[in-house]
Amino acid sequence: MTGLGYVVVGLVLAAMGIWGVVVLAHPLRKLLALNILGSGVFLVLVAVADRGAGQAVDPVPHALVLTGLVVAVSATALGLVLMLRSDDDRAAPSRDQSDDKGVG
Amino acid sequence: MTTVQWLPLAVISASLVPGLMNFFLGEERHGTRVALNIAAAVLKLTLVVVMLAGVSSGEIYEVRVRLLPTADLVLHADALSLLFVTLSASLWLLTTLYAVAYLDGSSHRSRFFGFFSLCVSATAGIALAGNLLTLLLFYEALTLATYPLVVHRGTQEALAAGRLYLAYTLSGGMVLLIAVAWLRSLVGPLDFVPGGLLREHYVDATKLVVIFALLVIGFGVKAALVPLHGWLPRAMVAPAPVSALLHAVAVVKAGVFGIVRVVYDVYGIDLAQSLGVLGPLAVFASVTIVWGSVRALQQDELKKRLAFSTVSQVAYIALGTAVLGPIATIGGLVHLVHQGLMKITLFFCAGNLAETLGIHHVSEMRGVGRRMPLTMTAFTVAAFGMIGIPPIAGFISKWYLGLGAVSVGAHWVLGVLMISTVLNAAYFLPTVYAAWFQEPEDPWPRESVSTRTIETRWMLLLPPLVTGAAALAAGLLAGGSLSPLAWAQFIVAQEYRP
Amino acid sequence: MPLGIDDALPFAVVLPAVAAVAAVVMPHWGRAVGLVGGLMTAAAVVVIAFGNRVGGPIRYALGGWPAPLGIELAADGLAVVMLALVATVMLTAGVYALRYFDHDGGAEPALFWPLALLLWTGLNALALSADAFNVYVTLEVVSLAGVGLCALGGRGEAIVAALRYLLAGMLASLLYLLGVALLYVEHGTLDIATLAQVAVTGAAGFVAVPCILAGLALKAALFPLHFWLPAAHANANAPVSALLSALVVKAALYLVLRWWLAGLGMGLGPILVQLLGALGAAAVLWGSVQALVAARLKLSVAYSTVAQMGYLFLLFPLAANPTTASTAWAGIVYLVVAHGLAKAALFLASGSVLRAHGHDRLGELAGLLPRSPITKFAIGLSGVSLIGLPFSGGFVGKWLLLNAAIVSGQWWWVALIFAGSLLAAAYVFRIVALLFAQSESPIDVAPQHSPMLMELPALGLALAAVGLGFAYPALESTLALPDMLGDHAR
Repeated sequence: MTGLGYVVVGLVLAAMGIWGVVVLAHPLRKLLALNILGSGVFLVLVAVADRGAGQAVDPVPHALVLTGLVVAVSATALGLVLMLRSDDDRAAPSRDQSDDKGVG
Repeated sequence: MTTVQWLPLAVISASLVPGLMNFFLGEERHGTRVALNIAAAVLKLTLVVVMLAGVSSGEIYEVRVRLLPTADLVLHADALSLLFVTLSASLWLLTTLYAVAYLDGSSHRSRFFGFFSLCVSATAGIALAGNLLTLLLFYEALTLATYPLVVHRGTQEALAAGRLYLAYTLSGGMVLLIAVAWLRSLVGPLDFVPGGLLREHYVDATKLVVIFALLVIGFGVKAALVPLHGWLPRAMVAPAPVSALLHAVAVVKAGVFGIVRVVYDVYGIDLAQSLGVLGPLAVFASVTIVWGSVRALQQDELKKRLAFSTVSQVAYIALGTAVLGPIATIGGLVHLVHQGLMKITLFFCAGNLAETLGIHHVSEMRGVGRRMPLTMTAFTVAAFGMIGIPPIAGFISKWYLGLGAVSVGAHWVLGVLMISTVLNAAYFLPTVYAAWFQEPEDPWPRESVSTRTIETRWMLLLPPLVTGAAALAAGLLAGGSLSPLAWAQFIVAQEYRP
Repeated sequence: MPLGIDDALPFAVVLPAVAAVAAVVMPHWGRAVGLVGGLMTAAAVVVIAFGNRVGGPIRYALGGWPAPLGIELAADGLAVVMLALVATVMLTAGVYALRYFDHDGGAEPALFWPLALLLWTGLNALALSADAFNVYVTLEVVSLAGVGLCALGGRGEAIVAALRYLLAGMLASLLYLLGVALLYVEHGTLDIATLAQVAVTGAAGFVAVPCILAGLALKAALFPLHFWLPAAHANANAPVSALLSALVVKAALYLVLRWWLAGLGMGLGPILVQLLGALGAAAVLWGSVQALVAARLKLSVAYSTVAQMGYLFLLFPLAANPTTASTAWAGIVYLVVAHGLAKAALFLASGSVLRAHGHDRLGELAGLLPRSPITKFAIGLSGVSLIGLPFSGGFVGKWLLLNAAIVSGQWWWVALIFAGSLLAAAYVFRIVALLFAQSESPIDVAPQHSPMLMELPALGLALAAVGLGFAYPALESTLALPDMLGDHAR
């Protein structure tokens, strides 16, 4: 597959990701869809580094992908933590009330 | 001729700084607060008198600060400014005395006096504004400073009146803002020039007519021109000193003062006439005069009757401006002062009746003349003045208005004056008659001050006596060199200078 | 080697970053680290502002590496304005936080100072970055720190709101990154100044420019992409709400301004330009109406942010006409700052009200609001600036926009400013009226007094918003458009 093919696949993945974020209801699914979107974008960036046979790849998009991955992983982790917290809150509503009393 | 920079700023600061100090004064520090406010009012009046003397001998007072691109904040004292600022500064002192007694024992007095002073500062800013933008800035500031006074009592009724007040005045302010921005985009800086700043520019006439209409609507809201007057009667829910100073002097006069500035110093008489915008303005004012009087006739609540009377009387000033010719202009301008003196007297008296005897309605006033003779004497003088009975101030205004109208061939104005006079008499004379010549039927609704000394507290009594006497003096001594009439003639001599 | 003024640029980014790390390492010293780090950062900002004033735009290549692999920092007028706004709001909100969290019976949550300092790092780096990818990274730092702050010590609604905020933010970032990637494919550069001028010319731009604009609009909460904002800003702790509303949404807008400044706006074409303006108009109307009917004080203030952000998108239609570009530009920048100061003040004051009463339901606050005039003035004065009444920074901004609309003959925007101002007055005075209303319940539930350290920061910011109304002559050269355009276009 040529570089252009990867770009096309990346764009398809990105489009699927965007579709998923908008359409899916559960936060976890949204988060997964965002990761698919991210993979698509990174694939595009990796693919465009190709400058043709025999030439060194362009380092700039690879640097971007590395940074982007770090950011995406952090954001995903933060999202998962928040989801756990909100599930905890929903599972134990009584704790909320007792906390409120403690505040007052 | 020298240019003095600090005096206009000092005149505004004399009420602005003490006003701000009020807010941070503890609620219980009555003595300090009274001293502060009275001292500030005296200081301001002194400064105004100094400026008055200066302007009449040809001094120029001007401050110019850059504020916006091609738009400065300009304070400039001319004869017209002084007419308004002197009126507001003198009446501020009296109203402060009155308010101290009137609000004795009520809550939120620091807040009240704070915003009260801010209002007077904004009014001084309007009077001293040297260009249209500065006038607009202080005009909006006045809206902000008066809102807390309108809602001062904090009741549902007061809050509803406050909402209505803001709906009218802020809409008017926005119309004005658009008009000013538009005009500025056409001709650049909008510094007032006697004879009209637009004289020097060539601008499409249709645009100028539209802008004139927007300006008149913007200022007309505060001037309470019908049909933009709806807020004024409702705002009577405010305490009496507020109704007195703000609705007899500061707010409505700010509106009509703006119209005067627009006609004389922005458009100029010649341009305004050639655009044909003064005829509709005169009709607008005449409708207001008649409609306000008719509505006043229908009111039983005393303050509402006075409010509709204000709607009617303030339009005289607009009428005098719209009817061309120097004599009618003198009549309009001098009415700015005369109406202020007479109307504030009436509001003071209404406040005294309410505060002393709990009287709020005209139908409760039977025989009150014997119970409170001094208050009712002041009331009677002011009411006669409003009707236009010589030799009280109101007669002078109407005389000049009528004479001016005839001199330029606008005979229909005489008809308006006649109808208005009849209506004025119809809503004031029965009140005065009942107060003096009818027997009280029931005990007073709520009598709160004992009769052992004078009819009510002296600080409530003194202000209406002073303003009533001033209204009488302004009429009797109209020919003197220190009268409002002489000053109005001085202004007109400048505006009509070729 | 003596330090030059340009060395202040990296300090403005490094100082808060170091302080953030230090605050994590020494949680018990969070306050001290936060305040000392904050003051030092503010000092660096003052030096940059001074340098910019004296010598014009400043540049600095980190480690001597040139772009694109190295990172270049640059401080022009817009960057200085942003840095100064960030420093002002950060410091005052930080001082406020010292006492705000006391009420919860303890110190501020352990992560408050690290996250706030991280946010500051991100915002300063964003303000100083000149290339499209660094900007992406800094925007992510800002978003993640913002989400973390939003979730801080909260339960239930706050967590759900933070999660929504995070998801929206991630989507926005990835859209932006996708757009940048596509542009890189075609043009081989990441420099905003270069990309913006050629972006709309190529085939990739057809997809890339909408991606970039949609990503930034989502982060800036432009209607109808604002859905995540009200809950997130209303449910956070008050100092955090202030930071989010005054600064974080402005970060995305700052990028919009950067792209526009670099020339993107000129190529968009009249239809897209008016469409962006129309979305802004819808935001003004929708946000204001929602603010007017909101049942809670902080929710109302949050919706006001949606409305005020709408005005800022009027830049596109109003500045499209070359004769009004500089006026519209100055007006927008003025509104960014005035809104930042006033909104932060209003959120801090709302926090005091919330603390004094234990709730912020507008229907039950009548007459019970704090007795101290300080908080009342903070609410009133910031409201004046939000409406755009004189004398205030908001008025100057609105006056400039109004002039731009009139001179360019776009009367429909005049009508919008008219309607928007009156709606703003309606929702502001709905709150202000409570300050004057008599208490309906005579029961003795007098509100607690707020500590001075909570009241004074709010008043200070409100006074700054009002004072901005007199600062135009002093700021004129900083806001001048031609210099900026010339500089960024190189």
